[in-house]
Amino acid sequence: MGELFYARDIYGKTLAELGKKDKNLVVLDADLSGSTRTSLFAKEFPDRFFNFGVAEQNMMASAAGLASCGKTVFVSTFAMFATARVLDQVRNTITYNHFNVKIVATHAGITVGEDGSSHQALEDVAFLRALPNMNVIVPADPVEVKEVIEYVYKTPGPFYVRLGRAKTEVLDKKPNFSFNKAQVLREGKDVAIIACGIMVKEALLAYEKLKEKNITAYVINISTIKPIDKDFISSLSSKVKGMVVCEEHSIIGGLGSAVSEVVCETKPCRIERVGTKDKFGQSGDPKDLLKEYGLTSEDIVLAVQRILR
Amino acid sequence: MEQKSSDITFLTEKAKIIRRSIVEMISLAKSGHPGGSLSLADIMTCLYFSVMNHDPDNPQWTDRDRLHLSKGHACPVWYSVLAECGYFDKKHLSFLRKLGSLLQGHPDRRVPGVDVASGSLGQGLSVALGMALAGKLDKKDYTVYCIMGDGELQEGNIWEAAMAVSHFKLDNLCAIIDYNKFQIDGRVDEIMNIAPLEDKWKAFGWHVIVIDGHDIKDILRGLNEAKKFQGKPSVIIANTIKGKGVSFMENTVDFHGRAPSGDEIEAAFKELKG
Repeated sequence: MGELFYARDIYGKTLAELGKKDKNLVVLDADLSGSTRTSLFAKEFPDRFFNFGVAEQNMMASAAGLASCGKTVFVSTFAMFATARVLDQVRNTITYNHFNVKIVATHAGITVGEDGSSHQALEDVAFLRALPNMNVIVPADPVEVKEVIEYVYKTPGPFYVRLGRAKTEVLDKKPNFSFNKAQVLREGKDVAIIACGIMVKEALLAYEKLKEKNITAYVINISTIKPIDKDFISSLSSKVKGMVVCEEHSIIGGLGSAVSEVVCETKPCRIERVGTKDKFGQSGDPKDLLKEYGLTSEDIVLAVQRILR
Repeated sequence: MEQKSSDITFLTEKAKIIRRSIVEMISLAKSGHPGGSLSLADIMTCLYFSVMNHDPDNPQWTDRDRLHLSKGHACPVWYSVLAECGYFDKKHLSFLRKLGSLLQGHPDRRVPGVDVASGSLGQGLSVALGMALAGKLDKKDYTVYCIMGDGELQEGNIWEAAMAVSHFKLDNLCAIIDYNKFQIDGRVDEIMNIAPLEDKWKAFGWHVIVIDGHDIKDILRGLNEAKKFQGKPSVIIANTIKGKGVSFMENTVDFHGRAPSGDEIEAAFKELKG
């Protein structure tokens, strides 16, 4: 296993670098700057960092006001408080106005771990994917986090970037993030495993396990969940017997839904969704939780076998 | 830049034009919110024709004073004033709320002079906060005006913003409360009492100014005091009358969100005649 990094460390450092070049960049947080690592920007540029305290609704609508005056605004807090709690502010005041606000949320998903269900955002992608004008990106590894932050910084419009809490390793893949483009990590014949975020690593592990069983699989990283790479998905579906779509998110409304929508409307094939099954999370060690909620490479292998059976 | 005037007769006449335009627009649309639009007619007239630095020929002028109508349902008054200033052709006023119209049922950025959409209550003071922060960062002299409804103050987001505007010492922000005492379901003090307003805003660290929202002289006094006041944000509590100017729309919830029809339209125009 390679060196481990916190995605949010990479985020904070990238923000601080961008802040050096651009005085128009402002960063907002809601009393979680130490955890989201926007503190790294705050330390360098205290005049352009605003801590809103525990008041996310105010923070989101204020971000819109700043953007209306030409600022590039990064807003951070935990995924739970950056989405459901402020959905109206994000919808009516940020996305409807098509403002240049980047919501970079950390602590998404079940691997928040011990804090339990109230802090484990498992529906955030579903909420924000439904909003017109909103773009949704879930980076797969620390390298992609930097690429994505740099991309959303230079691209006008609202973005939601979803990061986790735990450390992750650099994956065996080329660093070539391309917005709205699926990335083929492994080629195969039988099935396709499509994943985002931390599940990309599980997909790569599943690939190796399947190879031992003489099953070959495509492994695809789709970090841009919205807009989804329709052309790629529809062409892929005719090449395989089925697809397994994996995400650290509810099977309702996330990547699994996005891929299913494309496949159903273009070239239907069998789809298995690996994600949390319309359930709330609970406290526990992140690794145990991944097992408990069916989010491991083993679960992906089983899903592939169901398709091929 | 728009020509300014502090001539009381001129502003009173303008406010009358605005009121007629509001009633006409909503009558044609057959829906909309006359009550809370009419209660703002005098204040909006003073802002756009006397107090604010703005340029209808250049709506995006970076040094302009900003106005955000947090109570977006009162957009007919805003549209009337913007059209009267020349931000867009008055012919658009006839198509309020119609499919494909520039003038949506609630404010939209497509309208020249509207910087941020509104409609979902409670968010406007935060939007104004962001604009005021940007003004401080960019070392601009502009003032940001935020107009809120009284019923709207029941939204929690407003008080998050009230705390933060004062925390960030945004004395370039002036909040205006259209205190007409009515909301859709009835009297504000019966539905969910917001009083005592002065004490609440003072406790949140604001400079509080109380005015008669239909006395042009008093409105100008309040707005000028707010513009000059330094070190704290100002809030103007404007005592107003819902539906002001049309007797049968005054002090009633009936015309919060319905258009006049038939004889009512005629009667309203008769009262608002030049």
